[in-house]
Amino acid sequence: MTHEHSNTAQVPEDLLKATRKNLASDHPTWCPGCGDFSVLNAYFKLNERRGMLKQQITTISGIGCSSRFPYFVNAHGAHFVHGRALTLATGLSLSRPDLHVFVFFGDGDAFSIGGNHLTHTARKNVKLTCVVMDNSVYGLTKKQTSPTSPLGFKSKTDPWGSTDTPINPVKKLIADGATFVARSHAAMPDHLLAMMERAMDHDGFSVVEVLSECTEFNRGAFDSALARKGGQFRIIDEKKNDGTPEDAGRHDVTNELAALKLAIEPWPGYFGVFYQIHKPTKNDNESKLIEDAMKGDSRSEMERLQAMFDMTK
Amino acid sequence: MSTVSTETTKGLKKVHLEEAVIRIAGNSQDGIQSVGDMLSRLSGRSARGVITFQTFPSTISGGPSIFQLRVGGHRLKSVGDESDVLIAFYQHSYRDHIKVLRKGGLLIYDSDHVTPDPDEKRFHLIGVPMTSLTIEAIGGTAKDKGKNLFLMGLIARLFDLESDKLIAQINERFGKRGPKVLDPALKAYNAGYAYDISTVGEVFEIEKDPVGRAHPQVCMDGNQALAYGAIAGGIRFGAGYPITPWSSVMEILRVQLPKFGGSFIQAEDEIAAIGMALGAAYGGTLAMTGSSGPGLSLKSEIISYAVMAEVPLLIVDVQRGGPSTGMPTNVEQSDLNLALYAGHGDAPRIVIAPFSVRDVFYAVFEAIQLMQEYNCPVIFLSDYSLATRVETWPEPNLKEYFRIHKPDLSPKGPNFLPYKDTPSGVSERIVPGSLMTDGNYPIISGLEHNEAGHPDGSPAMHTKMNAKRRRKLQTLRDKLPKPEVYGSDKGEVLLIGWGSTKGPIEEAVDQLRKEGMEISSLHVRYLCPLQKGIDKIMDRFKHVFVAELNDPGIYGFGQLAGLLRSVYGTNRISGINKTDGLPFKVRELVAAVKSKVMQTVHPSI
Repeated sequence: MTHEHSNTAQVPEDLLKATRKNLASDHPTWCPGCGDFSVLNAYFKLNERRGMLKQQITTISGIGCSSRFPYFVNAHGAHFVHGRALTLATGLSLSRPDLHVFVFFGDGDAFSIGGNHLTHTARKNVKLTCVVMDNSVYGLTKKQTSPTSPLGFKSKTDPWGSTDTPINPVKKLIADGATFVARSHAAMPDHLLAMMERAMDHDGFSVVEVLSECTEFNRGAFDSALARKGGQFRIIDEKKNDGTPEDAGRHDVTNELAALKLAIEPWPGYFGVFYQIHKPTKNDNESKLIEDAMKGDSRSEMERLQAMFDMTK
Repeated sequence: MSTVSTETTKGLKKVHLEEAVIRIAGNSQDGIQSVGDMLSRLSGRSARGVITFQTFPSTISGGPSIFQLRVGGHRLKSVGDESDVLIAFYQHSYRDHIKVLRKGGLLIYDSDHVTPDPDEKRFHLIGVPMTSLTIEAIGGTAKDKGKNLFLMGLIARLFDLESDKLIAQINERFGKRGPKVLDPALKAYNAGYAYDISTVGEVFEIEKDPVGRAHPQVCMDGNQALAYGAIAGGIRFGAGYPITPWSSVMEILRVQLPKFGGSFIQAEDEIAAIGMALGAAYGGTLAMTGSSGPGLSLKSEIISYAVMAEVPLLIVDVQRGGPSTGMPTNVEQSDLNLALYAGHGDAPRIVIAPFSVRDVFYAVFEAIQLMQEYNCPVIFLSDYSLATRVETWPEPNLKEYFRIHKPDLSPKGPNFLPYKDTPSGVSERIVPGSLMTDGNYPIISGLEHNEAGHPDGSPAMHTKMNAKRRRKLQTLRDKLPKPEVYGSDKGEVLLIGWGSTKGPIEEAVDQLRKEGMEISSLHVRYLCPLQKGIDKIMDRFKHVFVAELNDPGIYGFGQLAGLLRSVYGTNRISGINKTDGLPFKVRELVAAVKSKVMQTVHPSI
């Protein structure tokens, strides 16, 4: 299934480009200081850096504050139902290889109502670039416990403090079979952009978990990872394969066990690329089925169906 | 089994039959279905019509199973109430099915396993030691595998069938598995065919179409017709999750769609399946998902989204017995309300129910055209009976019924409005990848939105857009063909049905008319929107009964009857309902209509 891009002759070339200026749409409705602004900003920069055209990208989201995202991007996109963004994105990615499909959603979408889809999209290795904007609280519905809320988190649904063990996103994603797993922080924009660039370049299912503070209902939740707030932003020291003695101690992103060990470091943990491997994508596998089925067959599609009917006579 | 004429050949009397109903009863591992399939296909190849009915246990292995086929030279409508021939492999097969054998019918039983009632005088009895003869023919093993083929040989001999065509089918079916499988199969068949039937004294010949058939006949079950119709209509992406009796649709499409450049994905659950299908549909590919009742209920949130975002999507429900896990391998028409109303909010969608295997092909083709024309989901209501029954039908003309669809990526704009509030309600949709010439790109959304697609939940906007989405289906309603009455357009009784029950309903009408009743029937193929004029037809009949395979409910009528009563504001409509998991028998309908008429005339009875 290949598609020619539409004729672009009649539109001035600079309007076609997915630059920050061209992509910026309505002013976001997020609260002042929300981490999500930073993710949106990084997305604009990312597309500008990669030289994308506006009509080549599609932005898909679920439900929640973060999932308002597509409305703030002046390009094709879908604001889907709660928890199912990955399913919509999967259908689009598999049927339209000419598009780059991005998913922006929250921790409720990704780890609670849509948790099963995260697992299966990861193990299918669907070609998608995903960003989980994790604020560890349900913000749009005004402060209920989320699947990543820490133990003891006080919310309207757990006024005594949450007692459910929070999901560890990186650990879960590695266990699910995701082929690219990274973690970043909305307050560290350069790091965030670098992670999103690597995610976008990854041929397969890539996820960046971004700690994105909810200033309204979870203020200061991620300060312990910020030096200027008295915490520490611990970046994963990746293996450089430079033959130096210190390289032996660095993290090998293809080592699943090492990645899992890093993932279970105590809060606030590490930031960077935990895990990246290459294996055939679902898109590749389905294309191969099509290629094999059509190989050497010069009949028209109608003749192929006719032959199927002939078998039933 | 109405006899046409007799003649004598080779010492055996040859009896010509207009048609015959043959029921084979055994266990699910006996290969009864494959014999049924081969006999059905043979009938199609020799200008005969066939309709089959089969039951499976819903357990993994074992349990009683039957295959019934009705073969004849004229157009058959139902699988038939009574059998002319019953073949019983076991005592339980004999015990449970002898009641469906008509008086004077033929009982063929495996005398290694069955001892019929010695006083039985109503039937013509033929005992054949099928198990031991099969073992003898195949050579020495104690396994009785192959007795289905022995039986097929015996049937071929008794009914003077084209043996060469059956042998060709055995070769097609088993040849690729090598001589170790093929040789015993042929030996078993030949032993059955060679069995000395002189004790029967007769061979039977089932009539063929007198003039032959204009088109070659194809032979398949309803799920196969559904998959082929989807391909013909242009579907190139699908996603589903396994559930009986829907699964074989996805199995066929999983294997066949790649030949057409498409994909069918096995999703992690029912919700993911509709989400993926909708994603492809959003991308401009014609897409489908499907399930059976329990799965359709899981998909309902996204059905409402598809209505709101105005994305075309084919959603199949192969109904089975419910509620809950219910009766997975039985027929029921109890998902009509689900199909009409599944989802939240005011979410109008198109609902179509096919009435035969042939109609499954054409109705699914039509559904795909309608969803594109009206940018909305179509729910396609098949059922277990249509899914599993095999029918012969004239091959479709693919020159007329084949569409190739590509996403429309043409530039749009300036000021393109994907939800333009037009008089018909229909607007032009947008597909990602298309260039917007003014640089303004639309988002599809589940939020109420304005004509440009931007969120706008103002009271005026919601009222306007609800009206737009509803008006599309009112436009469709104006364009639907007029409803057609089977029989006279006025009279005493109008029998209304929908879905797979059309055949037995029309046969019941034929029979009651022969008995002098002024009765006609109306089949509702478009469940939403309903065709215009149904009320005027109902007005011309004294009694209106709706026959459907669902429960009469608290108020005494089934789901379609409830719909018609509410739409047309009449309490004249009453229901003929049953939920025994089996298709309507003609005699059940005949008796129910008579009793209903009687009750209405003499309400005290």
